[in-house]
Amino acid sequence: MPVLELHDIHKSYRSHLSIRKYWILRGLSLSIHEGEIFGYIGTNGAGKTTTIKLALGLIFPDAGTVRLFGEDASRPELRRRVGFLPENPYLYDYLTGEEFLDFHARLFGLDAPARRRRVRDLLDRVGLANRGDRQLRHYSKGMLQRIGLAQALINDPDLVVLDEPMSGLDPIGRREVRDIILDLKARGRTVFFSTHILSDTEMICDRVGLLVKGSLKAVGRIDELVSREVPYWEVTLRGVVDGALPCGSVVSRRDDRLLVRVDSQGDLHRLLGILNGHGAQLVSVTPARQSLEDLFIREARGGGPVTPGAGDDVAR
Amino acid sequence: MLARINAIALNTFREAIRHRILYLLLIFAVVMISFAQILSLLTVGSEEKVIKDFGLASIDLFGVLTAVFIGIGLVSREIERRTVYTLLTKPLHRFEFVLGKFAGLAITLLVNTGVMTLWFFLVLLIKGMLDGALVIAILLLFFQFLLITALAVLFSCLSTPILASVLTLALYVVGHLLWSLDLLAARLTSASGRALCRALYFVLPNLGNFDIKGEVVHGVAIGGSRVGWASLYLVLYGSAVLWTACAIFERKELQ
Repeated sequence: MPVLELHDIHKSYRSHLSIRKYWILRGLSLSIHEGEIFGYIGTNGAGKTTTIKLALGLIFPDAGTVRLFGEDASRPELRRRVGFLPENPYLYDYLTGEEFLDFHARLFGLDAPARRRRVRDLLDRVGLANRGDRQLRHYSKGMLQRIGLAQALINDPDLVVLDEPMSGLDPIGRREVRDIILDLKARGRTVFFSTHILSDTEMICDRVGLLVKGSLKAVGRIDELVSREVPYWEVTLRGVVDGALPCGSVVSRRDDRLLVRVDSQGDLHRLLGILNGHGAQLVSVTPARQSLEDLFIREARGGGPVTPGAGDDVAR
Repeated sequence: MLARINAIALNTFREAIRHRILYLLLIFAVVMISFAQILSLLTVGSEEKVIKDFGLASIDLFGVLTAVFIGIGLVSREIERRTVYTLLTKPLHRFEFVLGKFAGLAITLLVNTGVMTLWFFLVLLIKGMLDGALVIAILLLFFQFLLITALAVLFSCLSTPILASVLTLALYVVGHLLWSLDLLAARLTSASGRALCRALYFVLPNLGNFDIKGEVVHGVAIGGSRVGWASLYLVLYGSAVLWTACAIFERKELQ
């Protein structure tokens, strides 16, 4: 049973003075499975935040259904098992870090000793143990992101939804957030997060979904989506002259090193075969695999659809 | 449910007491109540009436301003600043959020009115003019603040803070002049005009129900039925306003 399931979701909006409808999501279907880290990537304005808001009941779909833990997601009781960090969170700046977490813990009906314990543990976990008594107005952006993450974990949720959790963080902050996400997975929790930072997505996600202009263009495991094709190889040779090359094109030359691009496996074998006869030396062969970024750019520019190798999600 | 409403109320109270505008209004109220003493020196023979009248009017004005200026931002500011996102993704019903915001400001107003009343009574004590009937007048003023807070919360769910403040202040003024609508209805010859005036008379908040300042200052006895009616009116009208606010917020898109 999926932890979160969106089925055939349509969502539009109208600007204040217009009767024209603008479609944000068109027939989006997506399932998030228990225990996985799911990265939700897409261009600006693709509808990532809208999807998250719909999933959590902050806005309502024009059509389609949202189910949390197999039940109708509109029931607030289900959110006992959910944690959420919004994008660029604006938090109550007049509260101290401890007061802020305590306030959110109260919404789950935790008693005072349990709240104190939980607040202390979470401040420690997000590296703010000695900043808990400061008002949030004195926090840096990275600290706000971390205290925001702590409030999302206050109920030890089964599903953690993070909207752009790495946005605006320095490399250390990103690393810390990444570690927390991996730690959540290790504890058997499910993490669904949206992001622009593709390197992080590639590094930690079990599956990704690529949203372009309100439609899910691709969904599946990263290796299913991007690593099947090797469009060319880059071969670095030493001690060979350009004219001796039977195939391939020279990309660059530095001292006696030559970087050659070869477009087929047959050409690669032919090239490697001449090395002994010319006294040349092979330095490296690098298959140029398609990266998530390549896929992202191709789809964002309106490229052909990428079909997942497996999975039960519908890519539209 | 109560624990969650309490949590929202406590946070709203915390926000209000850390708001500079609350202290500014309180300071102005205290200054105005004190100023009544100086003003009373200019009158002959009615010093007590001036001090009481001016004191009650100051509590009325600054209580209403607190209810309006803090109340109108209660819900809309949470949406504007997106702080509401982390709350409504918890197991919190939307109506609990609205009721919690209302309760938080009601507690703030209770403290605010309490401070103004204490200062007012201190001035009267020094002058030897303390009068128990003033407590009833201030209690009814507090009821009025609660009703205005409910209206501010309703408008806060509907529109921007500026528009909400204009609408709430407009209803405050209209609510005190509603008796004239009743008079107008009696004088109109057109049946439809009379029906419209009567309908508006019953739909708009009749804040005259909470205004016994004149009677108290002039020593007119206040019957229990007057206080009972004001209490009943607050419960019925206030509940209707809050129910509407909750119903609107229930389907509000939090963009």
